[in-house]
Amino acid sequence: MPAPHPETWLRNTRAGLFCEPGGFHIDPLRAVDRAVITHAHSDHARPGHGAVLASAATLALMRARGIAGVSEQAAGWGEVVRLGEVDVSLQPAGHVLGSAQVVMEYRGSRAVVSGDYKRAADTTCDGFVPVPCDVFVTEATFGLPVFIHPPAGEEIARLLASVALFPGRTHVIGCYSLGKTQRLISLLRAAGWEAPIWLHGALVGMCDVYERLGIALGRLNQASGAARGQLAGQIVLAPPSAVADRWARRLTDPVVAVASGWMRVRQRAKQGGVELPLVISDHADWAELNATLDDVGAPEVWVTHGSEDALIHAAGLRGMRGRALRLVGYGEEEG
Amino acid sequence: MIAFAALLERLLFAQARGAKLALLRQYFAATPDPDRGIGLAALTGDLNFVAAKAGLIRELAAERTDPVLFALSYDFVGDLAETVALMWPARPGNETAPRLGEVEQTLRNAKKGEVKAILAAWLDASDASVRLALLKLITGGLRVGVSARLAMAALAEMSEGRASIAEIEETWHAVAPPYDSLFAWIEGRGPRPSAGAAPVFRPLMLAHPLEEADIAALDPAAIRAEWKWDGIRVQLAAGPGGRRLFSRGAEDISAGFPEIIEAMEFHGTLDGELLVMRDGAAAPCAELQQRLGRKAVTAKMQRDLPVAVCLYDMLFDGAEDLRPLPFDARRARLEAWYGATRPARMQLSEMIAFPDLAHLAGLRDGARAAGIEGLMLKRGDSPYEGGRTKGLWWKWKRDPLSVDAVLMYAQRGHGKRSSFYSDFTFGVWRADGALVPIGKAYFGFTDAELAFLDKYVRDNTVQRFGPVREVAPGLVLEIAFDAAQASPRHKSGVALRFPRISRIRTDKPAAEADRLDSLLRLTSA
Repeated sequence: MPAPHPETWLRNTRAGLFCEPGGFHIDPLRAVDRAVITHAHSDHARPGHGAVLASAATLALMRARGIAGVSEQAAGWGEVVRLGEVDVSLQPAGHVLGSAQVVMEYRGSRAVVSGDYKRAADTTCDGFVPVPCDVFVTEATFGLPVFIHPPAGEEIARLLASVALFPGRTHVIGCYSLGKTQRLISLLRAAGWEAPIWLHGALVGMCDVYERLGIALGRLNQASGAARGQLAGQIVLAPPSAVADRWARRLTDPVVAVASGWMRVRQRAKQGGVELPLVISDHADWAELNATLDDVGAPEVWVTHGSEDALIHAAGLRGMRGRALRLVGYGEEEG
Repeated sequence: MIAFAALLERLLFAQARGAKLALLRQYFAATPDPDRGIGLAALTGDLNFVAAKAGLIRELAAERTDPVLFALSYDFVGDLAETVALMWPARPGNETAPRLGEVEQTLRNAKKGEVKAILAAWLDASDASVRLALLKLITGGLRVGVSARLAMAALAEMSEGRASIAEIEETWHAVAPPYDSLFAWIEGRGPRPSAGAAPVFRPLMLAHPLEEADIAALDPAAIRAEWKWDGIRVQLAAGPGGRRLFSRGAEDISAGFPEIIEAMEFHGTLDGELLVMRDGAAAPCAELQQRLGRKAVTAKMQRDLPVAVCLYDMLFDGAEDLRPLPFDARRARLEAWYGATRPARMQLSEMIAFPDLAHLAGLRDGARAAGIEGLMLKRGDSPYEGGRTKGLWWKWKRDPLSVDAVLMYAQRGHGKRSSFYSDFTFGVWRADGALVPIGKAYFGFTDAELAFLDKYVRDNTVQRFGPVREVAPGLVLEIAFDAAQASPRHKSGVALRFPRISRIRTDKPAAEADRLDSLLRLTSA
């Protein structure tokens, strides 16, 4: 008997991707009985599920965000867990700490759901491992050829050059609490910035979990405790929403930076009142998306969310069959 | 070109003048000749080479990118040069990005048909940031918000006191890209470049607003009065080395006003106001605006919007520098020269006779004619000093008009104000009961008032459109403005000149704010 095509056992439902013979959803958009979670970003890890399978780090981050499942099971990289009639294992996705690809094998047919991923080096999480498969389910957040992320070290060098040029000003970087924050901190440390890095209160919790899980971040101070003028010449990290709001009034003549793959396009960056756009992303850029299609060698690629048209076109040029799943609800905590 | 590309990127996003100055200073200090001089010329619009058109960039894109991917990308980015810069397929090789000086020299000598291949090779050797700078440079659209004057201010800072902005302005039109001699002077390695016979800009003398406290101290006998015209201040410089018309910002605007240049049959430097004039009467400034910012002007525009200069002062007569002379002496020289030559398209600024200040105050209040903003008062013994010296010249503008309007929309400011709703759109009531916007103001209030307005906006938002909040109509703002002009482009049919918030009228109910028809009666045209 030939192996069943994944489209017969993995399908798109209103709650998200559902693996029928396994009886579980992947990153479900609403509460379900059994969920496999790729990573702890709030658009992928939602509250209210029954049983949750994820990496240990993802479960720890979910607990810190107050969205634990009723029962939890942690799987190590490559460890096979039998769910229903399906063998499930997790492989690192390189997106944020704990982020995983979900590998499913059913009657000799293999599908891989990548979740969000990147291929660029990141010391705060394990790197993406390509898994050959019959169907590769990919994101396409930056699925246009205009999105090429420069080496993150170059962007950090631009930031530090700006700190040197404007020593009396606060450099405040808008970034999300999980993943981007810790990556920026580790990039700054790698570039030799040993001074305390100041955090908006909303970023502290996730940094604590990272440190507990063995990712050293150096000295971190809470920006809300800074005296007037103390933040001049300092680097402050804050959620993007706080950078343009009243909270930012404690900063000294701030240089507003935002670290995101979207900063590659100037008009996008200009709209946000950004003075220093930094192209640093936790998603694959166009080159990485294409390289990954080559690496997994799947005859078929399904695109969950993002700019699917261009990536499906590029897959077609390679002789791969592409299909848009148009999953809505992802991409709210992106960049 | 790498440093220049990085500079452009930061300038594009910098809001504050101080930040732009620091960026420019650093660039000029760290970049060698001739690259920095070419960079300076690119920023001030003084480069001349075979420019490329958008069509050429499209051709390149078609040759080097997949058409479907290009179309999707262009759709997303919305700017041709940027799309191509970002998605240009890298061809890693031994070539490095070209230097700016090399780009300028190559393009200056290139024939039109060669540009495409040259450009493609450069794009191959560059990263996205340099590619964008290249494409913007050769299509002539840097648009990073740097004026010539700002660049000169950066040079002045860089000179550590060796050169003032005024001196750099005077020297500017005597030097040309890549400005080696200018940089040598700024850095103390060479003498100040000499203008020779070429007409150069001399920094304009500016006036202070007349304050209540000043009035009492004025001695009417020592003061001369003229009308303050509402055109644009210009300097006319002519001689054997050529003729130039400069704006008050030292920009050479000769090309836009050929009829003035033609009339400049003198040797010297004059100060005046450029106005649209018909049969000796000045038209509202809005008409003159249509002729500004043009590299060339059509015969029709010259016919429909005829310009002339109202002469205020004489700085040089031939090679003789009159600036140290008192105003009265310069005026006598100006009148003598004018009487002897009767130049076309020029008239003398009228000296207003007045027995006392009360009489002058009356004249000022009555100054509602088109093209007049109020009065200028000048000490008869004042030398002509570039810049804004205190106690010599005053501008005494007529009192502003005012209207009580209702706050309608608010938008966040920039830079220091980025956390405040500080740009306010306000409107008045139309006869049908609708509130129609009449203008936008972002100054006039104190910090405390701004905090109040910011909180008011946050507490009374009814809708959001991106960065803009619509506010429930409840707060009356007293708006001061210099003039109201009929404007078919505005929904209300009226445009305010220099609107600012003069008072927050928490005491006044919104329904009692002004009506549109009463505002329309104030329009000057």
